[in-house]
Parts: sequence; structure tokens; C-alpha cells
Amino acid sequence: MSDEQFIIEGTDFQKLLDALRQQGYTTVGPTVRDGAIVYDEIASVKDLPIGWTDEQDGGRYRLQKRNDQALFGYVVGPHSWKKFLHPPVLSLWKARKNGKSFEILPNRNDSPRYAFIGVRSCELHAIFIQDRVFTNGKFIDPHYQARRQKVFIVAVNCVQAGGTCFCVSMKTGPKATLGFDLALTEIIDGQKHYFVVEVGTEKGAEIIQRVPAKPAQPNDIQIAEERIARAAQQMGRHLDTTDIKNLLYRNLEHPRWDEVATRCLNCANCTMVCPTCFCTTVEDVTDLTGTEAERVRKWDSCFTMDFSYIHGGSVRASAKSRYRQWLTHKLASWIDQFGTSGCVGCGRCITWCPVAIDITEEVRAIRESEQVSKKGE
Amino acid sequence: MPKAKRPKIAVWKFASCDGCQLSLLDCEDELLAVAGAVDIAYFLEASRAVVKGPYDISLVEGSITTPHDAERIQEVRRVSTFLITIGACATAGGIQALRNFKDVKEFISIVYAKPEYISTLDKSTPIADHVKVDFELRGCPVNKYQLIEVINAFLNRRKPNVPTYSVCVECKRRGTPCVMVARGTPCLGPVTQAGCGAICPAYHRGCYGCFGPKETPNTVSLSAWWRKLGVNDHDLVRAFRGFNAYAEPFRKESERYEQR
Repeated sequence: MSDEQFIIEGTDFQKLLDALRQQGYTTVGPTVRDGAIVYDEIASVKDLPIGWTDEQDGGRYRLQKRNDQALFGYVVGPHSWKKFLHPPVLSLWKARKNGKSFEILPNRNDSPRYAFIGVRSCELHAIFIQDRVFTNGKFIDPHYQARRQKVFIVAVNCVQAGGTCFCVSMKTGPKATLGFDLALTEIIDGQKHYFVVEVGTEKGAEIIQRVPAKPAQPNDIQIAEERIARAAQQMGRHLDTTDIKNLLYRNLEHPRWDEVATRCLNCANCTMVCPTCFCTTVEDVTDLTGTEAERVRKWDSCFTMDFSYIHGGSVRASAKSRYRQWLTHKLASWIDQFGTSGCVGCGRCITWCPVAIDITEEVRAIRESEQVSKKGE
Repeated sequence: MPKAKRPKIAVWKFASCDGCQLSLLDCEDELLAVAGAVDIAYFLEASRAVVKGPYDISLVEGSITTPHDAERIQEVRRVSTFLITIGACATAGGIQALRNFKDVKEFISIVYAKPEYISTLDKSTPIADHVKVDFELRGCPVNKYQLIEVINAFLNRRKPNVPTYSVCVECKRRGTPCVMVARGTPCLGPVTQAGCGAICPAYHRGCYGCFGPKETPNTVSLSAWWRKLGVNDHDLVRAFRGFNAYAEPFRKESERYEQR
């Protein structure tokens, strides 16, 4: 890959979508629906959240009008790309009774060829984390793999951070540095509106050839870098990850878990919005006559009772044990299991917790209590 | 399947609006399959033809509100192998359980010209308070797909796929942005059992709690957040006193705010 970067004018953005669609991609990206910026199929630049931004804090999300016509002037919403790569509900197989035996019917999960438009750096890291979960090692998830292999990724660097963002703490952003086909930085400067485009793959280079693009000047690249650096200074949250695995392992009986359990609704929202949470359950269903059966996979959560149900009851019956399981897996045992943190600092679990439980605050409370007790020694 | 072997099913009504048993008739596409798989032996809403008991499956709608019904449910239990209660009345006492928070004799004296003709109990109670129940299907009304799933599971001798987690899980699976977070709309979803398919939030309304309390509901935390959203004590009491007012977690929460 050459290090050459390009400029696409804001008015030519539609041509990028057109080029991808002509190549047979289903273009999915941000759009305004139900009071939020969600990910859905987009055909036209008009489907994008033009002139909108999101204001976020614990348990609070509001769309606000911007004073410009930015296409990507928001951070992240309630959806993540996992809804496309790891669908919330998926039929795995069907079977039909055949005398005393049964036959498995062929699975017709035709996975679309997606082009993701507007993937943030934290989200790229989340996709890479799910890659490790689903496509690494002995057991490959064929459904995830089929979708993942075909994806074209248009990343968008963040030039502003949200109220619950902490990618800088997790070293996952705000600049996209891996795994994209194209990475854009949106620049609005007075009347000028353009994208600085970095090419990540051959596939990306092919698409760029089909879009009006001119070579970027050093000045353009510098402006883009400055805007991204500014976003890095705006993080709404911070998480000190120093020795975090051992910090949490040392504090499995910390009173803070009891305290957070009084607030936690164990509603599972944090796990559903998390771009790395991958747990599922399977439901076996039959038809009324008992001649056909189907196995359906659905997103599940460690916050449900059924999740840890074994003969005799649920292993994690208390809200305390369920919250502790989630947080310590995300930030500590994930490292043992997959070699990285399970958290990318996107802030979704903070924003979309109905009662504003804040993962960074919970870790801070535990860390500070240790520091206080050390001082007391 | 030979006709003689088809399981006999009965549908019983107690104090209720009939909406849940109508869900069975509302099954439309699936109704023929249901009628083919079972022998609908007693279902007055659908047919006057009555086949005598005993019955393999009894679906019971409604709550117990009169001394007569308190006796009748014992008879239903006696003639039923499996007894499945359907809907908020049968599983929690229903909207008529609002009487449980007041003196029912006062109502009778105000409402009826001849109160002495009225024979009623002090409280409206769920079926499980009176007889052993094999499965409780929640909802006001029940979800027809869940109803078929339960019948289906009993016919095929498997566990029904009826999760007890929150409505939030259904909202998230269908991609509905949280109305409480994105709009500040008070919603009972985080303490309410899934099953409806998360209908109300998809139409920008908060959940009304039709399916009753979820497993391990944290009503105290949710109420505290509603107060921050600007909901007053009086409205909090009313929110928890809906169709599942007498389900214990909702009852306790409404009483906590009523007593303040």
C-alpha cells in the first residue's frame, strides 16, 4: 500500500456510496431514527445524520442540531456493527422427522456483502476483539466468519469526542490505525467541506479509483491530524488501566460490588449495547405436530438468571455477582482468555445504562479505596 | 396423528376481560394447526360444543374474585392434567386487584343499588394462590406466539421458551433505542418481563409493565431514577399499579411510595 492520501469533496460523498453499491455491497451506516443515530441500510448521502450530533452522559443521550452540515459529526449511538456480523437472532438449522430418524435441512443463511460506512476506531478494535472470539483457534463460528470475510470497512476518524468516550484510556482511538479499507477524516472549514482519505487495502484503492479523488496535500493531512488530536483531548471519561487485571482479581470481595448492586437493574442493556459482548443462547423450537424442529441463536447476557443456570439453580443469583462477572470479565479475565481487554472505551454501557452506572467510576472507586487503605498503613 | 390420541384441551374463564382467550382465536394462520393438533374440548368463547373431561391441558384465564370461583377452580384443577394460567389476571390478580388496596365493601355500597345481592371476595387473587399451577404465562394480554409456544412445548414434552429476563433485551434485539435514555421517557421495561416483543418503546412510549415483574427486579433503583426524571410519588404509585399491581415486587414498590 502506498502512503498516499486523497481528498474527496463533501459533495462527492454520494459517489463513494454509489461505487460501493455498484460493486455489489449493501451499504450500511449511521442514520437518524427514533431519536438516536442508529446503523441501518443507507442508499443515499441524505440517509446520513447530516447536521446532527449526539450529547451523551451517564444514562442520557440526546440528538442536537449542529451549526454545520457534517455527515459524521456525532460519536457512537446505541447500535454497533455486531448487529450485522453477529446478528441478534439467527436460525442455525432446521430438522424434519423422517420415520424414526430425522434429517437436517440445509441452512439458508445467505449473508449479505456489507460495506460499513462510518466505523469509528474504537469500533474497529471491537470488531478485532470479536474476530479473536469467533474466528481464532479451534472452533470457528461459520456464521460470523462468512459475514466478516466479505465486509468492506470505511472508517471515519473522530474529530470530536463524546461525554462518555474513553478510547484514549483503552488505546483504541480516536484515529483508525488498523483493519480498514478506507479511513476518512471529515474536515469542515468555513465553506470548505471535504474528506481526507487514507487507503488501507487493495480493495480500498480500487474503490477510490472509482470516485473523484485528488491527492491530499501535506497541509490537508496536517489539518486532519490536528482535528483528531483535538478529539483525543476531549475524552468525557478516563479509565486508569494500570495493572487493572490484578487490581480487580484482588478485589473480588470489595464492598463496592454490594453498592453497585443496589443500583444495577440487571436489565442486560450494557451487554446488549457493548460492541464486544458476544454471548448467545440457543432455543430449540418445534412445530405443533412435532415433525419439524429449529434451533435459533439469540443474543444472551450474563445479567440473566438463565445464563448461569445449571441443575438446581443459577450460579450467579445475586445482582452483585452478575455485575461483578460482567465487569471483571470485560476488564480482567478477558485478558487471560483472549489476550486483550474486552473494553474499547466506546462509552455505550455508560450512556445506555438506564440508571447511569459507569464502568470507569466503578473501577475508580475500587482503585481509590486501595490507595486510601495504603495511605492508612 | 390419529384423532383419538389428540390431547384434549379446555379453556376456562374466571374474572377477566376474555382478551387472553381471544388471543388463541387471534392465532389465525396457526389456529388451524392448533385445532389439528389438539381436541378443543371445552372453549365456550369459540364453540358451544362441549366434550366432557378430564382434559390434558387446561388454559385458565382470569382471577379469583368470588367464593363461587374459589370453588370452581378446584374442580378445574381436578379434571386437568396440566393447568396453565394465561394472562395478568390469572397470574397476578389483574387490574381488578386494585380492589386489594382498598375496602371492597365501600365500592359495593357506592356502585350497586342492591349491595346485598353482591357476593364477592375482599381480594382478587391469582390462580396459583388457590391451586397448583403447572405453568404461568404472563401478559395483558398474553402474546399469541408465546401462547402457541407453551401449548407446543406441552404437546412435545419440552420446556417452553418463555424467558423471564427484562423487556430491555427485546428492545435491544430489535434495535429500538432506549426511550428512557434517548427521550427521558419513564419506562418500566428494566423491571418487566419480556414476551410482548417490546412493542411500546418501538412507538416511543415507556413500557407499562403488562407482563409483570421480571426475574430479580430492582424496582427500588428504577423508581429512584424515575424521580430524577421528574416523576412524582403519586404517579410512581400509579405506574406500578397497572395490570400487575398485586404482583409482589410491583405491589411493594407502589406501597413504598404510597406511604411516603
